[in-house]
Amino acid sequence: MSINLDRSQVIIREKRLKSIVGYQGTIKDLAEQSQSGCLKNASRGFSQATNCNSGCAQGYLSSITDAAIVNHGPIGCAGDVAGANAGFQWGQRIRGWNQRNVRVINTNMSEKAVVFGGDKILKEGILKAYERFKPKAIFVTTSCASGIIGDDIESTIKSAEAEIGIPVVPVFCEGFRSQIWASGFDAAFHALLTRIVKPAEKKRPELVNVINFVGSGRALITEIFGRLGLVPQFGTQYSSIEEISRWSEAGATISICGTLGGYMGNGLEQNFGVPYVTALQPHGISGFDDWLTKLGETVGKEKEVEEYLAEQKILAAPELEEIKFKLKGKKVVVGMGPSFAHNYIRFLEDLGMEVVWGFSWHYDAKHDHGGCPSCTVELTKKDKDIPVSVSDQQNHEVINLLSKVKPDIFIGRHPGMSVWATKMGIPAIMVSDEYSAFGYQGTIEFGHRIIDALTNNNLALNLSKRINLPYTEWWLEQDPFEFLEQNNKRTESENKKNVAVR
Amino acid sequence: MRIRKMSLCVEQIRHVCTLGAFESVLAIKRAVPIVHAGPGCVAKLWTTLGSQNGHQGSGYVGGHAIPCTNASEKEVVFGGTDRLRTVITNTFDVIDGDLFVVLTGCTSDIIGDDVGEITRKFQAQGKPIVYVETGGFKGSNLIGHELVLDAIIDQYLQPQQVEPGLVNIWSSVPYQNTFWSGDIEQLNILISSLGLKPNVIFGPDSSVDAVNNIPKAQFNLVISPWVGLRTAEHLEDKFGTPFLHYPALPIGPTETSNFLRTVGEFAGIDPSVVENVIRKQEDRYFYYLERAADTLLETRLLPRRFITVADSLYALGIAKFLTNDMGLIPEKQFITDDTPTNYQSDVAAEFAKFTNDIVAETTFSNDGGFIEEEIRRLKIRSRPLILGSSWERVVARDLNAYQLSVSAPIGNEMVLSKSYVGYNGALQLVEDIYSVVLNDFM
Ligand code: SF4
Repeated sequence: MSINLDRSQVIIREKRLKSIVGYQGTIKDLAEQSQSGCLKNASRGFSQATNCNSGCAQGYLSSITDAAIVNHGPIGCAGDVAGANAGFQWGQRIRGWNQRNVRVINTNMSEKAVVFGGDKILKEGILKAYERFKPKAIFVTTSCASGIIGDDIESTIKSAEAEIGIPVVPVFCEGFRSQIWASGFDAAFHALLTRIVKPAEKKRPELVNVINFVGSGRALITEIFGRLGLVPQFGTQYSSIEEISRWSEAGATISICGTLGGYMGNGLEQNFGVPYVTALQPHGISGFDDWLTKLGETVGKEKEVEEYLAEQKILAAPELEEIKFKLKGKKVVVGMGPSFAHNYIRFLEDLGMEVVWGFSWHYDAKHDHGGCPSCTVELTKKDKDIPVSVSDQQNHEVINLLSKVKPDIFIGRHPGMSVWATKMGIPAIMVSDEYSAFGYQGTIEFGHRIIDALTNNNLALNLSKRINLPYTEWWLEQDPFEFLEQNNKRTESENKKNVAVR
Repeated sequence: MRIRKMSLCVEQIRHVCTLGAFESVLAIKRAVPIVHAGPGCVAKLWTTLGSQNGHQGSGYVGGHAIPCTNASEKEVVFGGTDRLRTVITNTFDVIDGDLFVVLTGCTSDIIGDDVGEITRKFQAQGKPIVYVETGGFKGSNLIGHELVLDAIIDQYLQPQQVEPGLVNIWSSVPYQNTFWSGDIEQLNILISSLGLKPNVIFGPDSSVDAVNNIPKAQFNLVISPWVGLRTAEHLEDKFGTPFLHYPALPIGPTETSNFLRTVGEFAGIDPSVVENVIRKQEDRYFYYLERAADTLLETRLLPRRFITVADSLYALGIAKFLTNDMGLIPEKQFITDDTPTNYQSDVAAEFAKFTNDIVAETTFSNDGGFIEEEIRRLKIRSRPLILGSSWERVVARDLNAYQLSVSAPIGNEMVLSKSYVGYNGALQLVEDIYSVVLNDFM
């Protein structure tokens, strides 16, 4: 579906990308069902707390350097701002900047506002944000409460904008609207694409937009791109409004994550003529090779890329061999967002490990360029079919499965998940930095991280001996996906095969 | 003294909404919250109250283990009661717990799901379950904390024979007050030292049995400027349990000794027992303080004045200690717990009761942006000491102030069993403050 910038509201992933949060099967089946268009979401008779898209939208936008956010809702909907601020402190720290706090104001919606409407407090919030921060733009993020009571956000915003003369941009991200929190990234990018990015006055073919999060890999990418004659422009976090307004000037856009970058990348391509590189994620060798090669093809630097990669291959070969030798046959369970999950599955298999289960917290049946996600398609090319599920951080499914398959290690990415494997005595790694396992050196470092985690697991072992899990014995005896109401649910015997105790 | 009405907008939040009280449920061992709200509420509220607040993790059944309906558009349009019924039914099979508390969020409260009706059906089957409407717009999680206790009192507790000497303590709010579990342990030690028996409702020694025993207490002890008063009043109404309201968190010898005497007198304990405890504890305290005195008096760049940005519980407790015991001078005290207006003048009055007729000027505001502006406006001659949250680290750096995090959110420290309560807590606070000072130039 093409990205429509005439709308003020982004179309949620369920509708746009046929995304789901409930599925159990194998990677080949998942890809086949999504390609044939018959993939359906399965609901659950039991569910646990997940996340909402407002968190992604707000968190992502809050680190634009000269913008402010007004979160229109009760104070709890800004509860994640302390976390966004912690991330922001880190991002400023690694850039050597003077650290300041994120600029987010919450309208503190009370019972009165819920009954009589919140338009007035929203207007006050916007004016207050302008007075306090003198920002170059203000983003207004919505909440369940403001969404349900039907505040006329757009007209309030228009009137505030007329008064203060800077863009005041709505970001529709009510938590109940989408079950897929990544819809919040799209909401954030939609706001940038509709109101901030301007048509290019001049083109800069050497410039490459790099969509990422905190951006710890900046120095390395700058060096690599420099050898190719390219200049990276990182963002949109830690960028200014002015910088983002000129993202249309670039020769290409590339992203560290297909889940994150798809909307912005395709939006820039469809509406501003900047090609988006839809490659694998640059984690692990094959991912990095593909990422850089596709970039080279897009901007006409094939030869330079080829040379660079050939050189890296030789340099890294001995250490990679050593790592593969140590990790051969180790059983791993992966639990991440869809792009990271399917990319890490490939990467860990490339290291010689055996991925015994892959959880992705949601799954997009297609991406905004139209096709099935490349990282998923890539996995279907392997002989081995990998058991996977789509479980939006459903802890009961994860714990139950881990207790049955007993992997050597769990590798996750979202806060509050890897810790549960640890409590079961299973070594765990949380990939919080998006540039973990990036490129050749990153791959080697990550390999050593796994080896270290396997070498001394005493913390997890000691914890597991003394800690009780909150699950009943009954539950741990059930099939992990007992509560998944999947129409074409695999037969029990097939299930047993996948979840066999290994 | 100045009393300010809450500002409408809030920047740099320090507490969350009513639904944040699911953390109070988690503070009772083997008690399980069931959240009927949008998909993001738990994760968001937990950020301010847990992960970015002394790095308090999910524990037994917190974080992503909390049963939740993750209310979507469908529930908003067609009502969420069916979904909630299903989740509750299955929770009983899946989660191993002793008490279940259903808490609602904005979506459910605005569309008007009849959560009471559903819960009563489970109660009628003999399930240990209560419900509470905690839609975010009702107020802060401190109010939510009291609403959860109201629900337990009204829907769950049964009258009991009074057990002499048993005391329920209502003080630090779990997870909101970063040091709550350590505080509870210290308060229990203090109360036990008088020969009384604390009924431990929250924290490492808690149990649902203690919850059941709430009506058994000889009296309720509220150690807090205002949070918990409603609970004690409610218990007095319902079970006739008397209560003692002690408005300040006892930190340091002056306040702690006064606290012990007040409680001893209320409980009818022989004064010689109380004085004995006090003498021993004070001797120990001054043994250490004497050793610190050289540095406290002779180091360069000592702070003379302090600003507190905290919940009323900590602002008052810390201000009293630093003023009455450590000889510092209180600058403005910012009270951030969204103190209900009807309590504000009582709370402010406590900040006028220091030795040497010192009065600490109070400002009530939960808007960190406003507080930051006010702090920047203050003219302070020496390097000030700012006792606040992680949010104040930026302004402290700008003003060349010393900063110690004592109130939510605290992302820059790991807090496990630490507490600033009592005699020992005061020593800990002195260690922490002066370590910041000494670290600054070494
Ligand atoms: S789900 Fe709704 S109410 Fe909950 S945090 Fe998200 S926007 Fe706020």
